[in-house]
Amino acid sequence: MAEADELTVGETATKSGFLGLSDVSISEDIPVEGEITVPMASHSQDEDYSTLDEPVRETIIRDLKAVGKKFVHVMYPKKSNALLRDWDLWGPLVLCVSLALMLQGGSADSKEDGGPQFAEVFVIIWFGAVVITLNSKLLGGTISFFQSLCVLGYCVLPLTVAMLVCRLVLLASMGPINFLIRLIVVIAMFAWSTLASTAFLADSQPPNRKALAVYPIFLFYFVISWMILTFTPH
Amino acid sequence: MASPVAPVGGARNGASPEWGGFEENIQGGGSAVIDMENMDDTSGSSFEDMGELHQRLREEEVDADAAAAEEEDGEFLGMKGFKGQLSRQVADQMWQAGKRQASKAFSLYANIDILRPYFDVEPAQVRSRLLESMIPVKMVNFPQKIAGELYGPLMLVFTLVAILLHGMKTSDTIIREGTLMGTAIGTCFGYWLGVSSFIYFLAYLCNAQITMLQMLALLGYGLFGHCIVLFITYNIHLHALFYLFWLLVGGLSTLRMVAVLVSRTVGPTQRLLLCGTLATLHMLFLLYLHFAYHKVVEGILDTLEGPNIPPIQRVPRDIPIAGLPIAVLNATAKAVALTLQPH
Repeated sequence: MAEADELTVGETATKSGFLGLSDVSISEDIPVEGEITVPMASHSQDEDYSTLDEPVRETIIRDLKAVGKKFVHVMYPKKSNALLRDWDLWGPLVLCVSLALMLQGGSADSKEDGGPQFAEVFVIIWFGAVVITLNSKLLGGTISFFQSLCVLGYCVLPLTVAMLVCRLVLLASMGPINFLIRLIVVIAMFAWSTLASTAFLADSQPPNRKALAVYPIFLFYFVISWMILTFTPH
Repeated sequence: MASPVAPVGGARNGASPEWGGFEENIQGGGSAVIDMENMDDTSGSSFEDMGELHQRLREEEVDADAAAAEEEDGEFLGMKGFKGQLSRQVADQMWQAGKRQASKAFSLYANIDILRPYFDVEPAQVRSRLLESMIPVKMVNFPQKIAGELYGPLMLVFTLVAILLHGMKTSDTIIREGTLMGTAIGTCFGYWLGVSSFIYFLAYLCNAQITMLQMLALLGYGLFGHCIVLFITYNIHLHALFYLFWLLVGGLSTLRMVAVLVSRTVGPTQRLLLCGTLATLHMLFLLYLHFAYHKVVEGILDTLEGPNIPPIQRVPRDIPIAGLPIAVLNATAKAVALTLQPH
């Protein structure tokens, strides 16, 4: 009898707790990838859709779609917190690895080690993102660690595009026009990256301290875009 | 069996349900999905939750220490009768490991909370402090104010790292067994932290009124001059320009630090020792950073150590070195012969 009482008390507690939670964190107009089963709705078992027994292909495609959607968000930054709402680190990983591979160039087997190495680019991106995140937390930002990492990682996308363009341009003959094209592309993409990440992250900062949080972001993308601009394959 | 769960169930009505939720979910067969949601990182104020959770964890640990291990087992699982000995042990191990990891992660978060007051600045304050770092104030008889803040210094050090990377790249510096990035970070942070603690130690010996935090802030803002000078001179390679900036901008930021230190120290000897050390280190560091990673110096080194020249230089140098021992030997042999002759 006592046990049954315990159970009911526990259950009501759970429900009230989760009711409050669902009010706070899930609003209707934001699309959420995957299915989240909510126990209060579990009485309607028939429409309850679980992702556990779906084919792997569907899962992968859904995840890829989620990543692609975030790419679109970065390339067309408007006021939306879809990038913050459900973060993932797949996109940043892909972008970071592809950027590092492209920057690696042919310098791996050449005698000079002056070019940026894979590990260096990789470390700069992740270490820089962690430092920016810690800084924004210390300044009193209301954003979580991985959300910030996700946004910063996804906003490397314009710079990866710039790198791709630079490599294509470098296939042509070297010259001042060549450099000018690269300079313009890199500057444009640098501005794009900084603006996009600022649009996503600035709202989480106290209004009077936005400049302080934006400065390290600016420095971070500046270093990366500078590395892209000075890259020349041997 | 019911008794240990009862307070937990009650506690769930309260503010923070984390671990209670975990136990309850095991028993009640509730949904693990929602438990994850509960720990979700996406909620806005996750930080406060973490701090609270850490607090709770600490309390729990203290409790656990007090109780015997056997009792703790029973308290955690609360289902002795249901499971076998083995599963209980495994669960206990996992619980312990999880708890250890979780408390480690949360203590990290707590450390961030400790640091937060030092980052409590406004953009206008940072701007004015940056400007003030270039303006020496001649006010010796009253201790000058130093703001204990770390945002500005930290950002200046990172800026210096970026500028240094730029200088290394343009001068084609090659570092064996290490990356440019690591070297730049090591140099800048090493200087900032190392010299701050060294000067703090000296200040302790000289009885100056300064704390470690103030020393870090002072030296950190002092790096603003370095950033300006290096950024300009890495891009415009003119020696006269560098020396001008070195004396003017570097000198101003050094003077500012010296003025502050002088106002906080009593006695001429102590003042001379402390400020002399700081000024020397600060100015020499700028000189080092400029010339260690500079294009022109790199060129000179190349001509000195290039592949063509050393063989030519080595030939004439080898002769006197090879000839000297023979001459010395001859002389000693003669001397020995002379000393031996009378006998």
